[in-house]
Amino acid sequence: MSVTTLPSRGVALRQPGWIARLFDYKPFLIVMCLAPAIGLLTVFLTYPLGLGVWLAFTDTTIGQRGIFIGLENFQYLWTDPLWWGAVFYSVFYTAIATFGKFALGFWLALLLNNHFPLKSLLRAIVLLPWIVPTVLSALAFWWIYDPQFSIISYLLVDVLHIRSTNIDFLGTPWPARFSLIAANIWRGIPFVAISLLAGLQTISPSLYEAAMLDGATAWQRFRYITLPMMMPILAIVMTFSIIFTFTDFQLVYAITRGGPVNSTHLLATLAFQRGIAGGELGEGAAIAVSMIPFLVFATLFSYFGLARRKWQQGEAND
Amino acid sequence: MTDAAAQQSTNAASATPDTMAWDSRARRVMMIYLPLACFVLILLFPFYWMAITSFKPNAELLNYKQHNPFWISSPTLAHIKHLLFDTAYPTWLKTTMFVAIGSTFLSLFASTLAAYAIERLRFRGSPYVGLGIYLAYLVPPSILFIPLATVIVQFGLFDSPMALILVYPTFLVPFCTWLLIGYFKSIPYELEECALVDGATRLQILRRITLPLAVPGLISAGIFSFTLSWNEFIYALAFIQSGANKTVPVAILTELVTGDVYQWGALMAGSLLGSLPVALFYSLFVDYYVSSLTGAVKE
Repeated sequence: MSVTTLPSRGVALRQPGWIARLFDYKPFLIVMCLAPAIGLLTVFLTYPLGLGVWLAFTDTTIGQRGIFIGLENFQYLWTDPLWWGAVFYSVFYTAIATFGKFALGFWLALLLNNHFPLKSLLRAIVLLPWIVPTVLSALAFWWIYDPQFSIISYLLVDVLHIRSTNIDFLGTPWPARFSLIAANIWRGIPFVAISLLAGLQTISPSLYEAAMLDGATAWQRFRYITLPMMMPILAIVMTFSIIFTFTDFQLVYAITRGGPVNSTHLLATLAFQRGIAGGELGEGAAIAVSMIPFLVFATLFSYFGLARRKWQQGEAND
Repeated sequence: MTDAAAQQSTNAASATPDTMAWDSRARRVMMIYLPLACFVLILLFPFYWMAITSFKPNAELLNYKQHNPFWISSPTLAHIKHLLFDTAYPTWLKTTMFVAIGSTFLSLFASTLAAYAIERLRFRGSPYVGLGIYLAYLVPPSILFIPLATVIVQFGLFDSPMALILVYPTFLVPFCTWLLIGYFKSIPYELEECALVDGATRLQILRRITLPLAVPGLISAGIFSFTLSWNEFIYALAFIQSGANKTVPVAILTELVTGDVYQWGALMAGSLLGSLPVALFYSLFVDYYVSSLTGAVKE
């Protein structure tokens, strides 16, 4: 097979031009290969990241260059109840949504790990919520949460007769907070399930057979084989999930825009409201920068998750 | 020998009731099929609701007393017609497609070369370059969009789809590079060595041997990039102002949501149509998709 893909002898013998010879000079080739990726990332990621930190210490507004004002933005945020509210809801949203996603996603992964007909079709279907653009499914949730025509209210009031009035999902703070979390969990389940399913499939069946022979119950097999074997991948997927849930923007912006009475602002939506919509670039940047300590913490968590994985595999394996 | 066999048989005997119970059909239905059915129902319901709303006439849409909300008695194409002919929806679709394809090709180009350099050319510090690119994936757009907006203005790209094409690779390149490094790893080194011995240049090796063998990886990286750029919201919201240059997710939210009475039919039709390209594209390559996802996670 490899023979057919190799260049024919005639091509190989032709004297390579000076450009080809230049590309054979390995350091040059390495630089050329890395240039596009590193260039893009430097100009549109590293530089803006630094610029963002700088902006956080200035009073820049849209259309006007700011001057350095030190920690004033952060001092202001410290006294701003809206910022504290956003910090609270970001942490709350991340904690509950991550817990929900992992509990349900792990369960779904265990279910999908069984043998049944149409397994691959089902796996494909299950991924749909993750594929479809978040804003578009968020709009569907917005309609599902409609105060008057919510299908959930209809089920509870007119079909099941559990309640007598419609639920005001998005009009009052706590129901709105939980409505958003439910939508976030719905969207997050597929990714968690498929990733964990991949992890489940790497566990050797002989471990389970051995445990069965020793008379281990299903719970014991889960507790002493599945869970420890899954720890490394759980740690990685959870880190990703925490980072992207904490910095979520689309879902909240599409469904509540931070309302009612600013009760559902995440740090990202607050930063957008102040920075882009309100024009206070410096203050918005400060809000965005205030997410960084949390993200660093989550990344360290990921690092130790990976370290633990190396330790589990043993040194010879790496 | 016989001792061990006897031991095994007693153990097997003691394990039998448990296995039997597990294999019994009723238990299987309760433990696997029923929860699975619930999951599928809940995960798919919003799409069903989206679809059914798109084809319902307004009279049925807001009247649950006389019409069963879960079904359509007289389906209509009015919402879709309104969307396609009375709004700029086709333009938004075109812009989104242009942006998604552009950023996908740019990211594939950059990340293929980067992954090749990191995994195949092996230089001092290549693992650190790899780690650096991987870490870039962990920098979320919500931190970057404010300073990026000023960078985009400086470049004179504000309100232009080109801005999105250039900015999306910041989250696509790390992901694709990571994925492609895994793919390049799976291609045997010996193939390249043989070609080197035969006198092929490095570029010939990349073009004629490594790339053709990495095609499945390129396809899955392409699908990921396409879906992620179709999905992207915050940059498109922050950098694009004029209606015609908006991408579908942003345009639906900012241009179609007007007034106090929401046009639910048109909104849901827009969401449905906006989801279809990604869903279709993805269903064509679903095997690559799932296997590369599981493969990437295994790495």
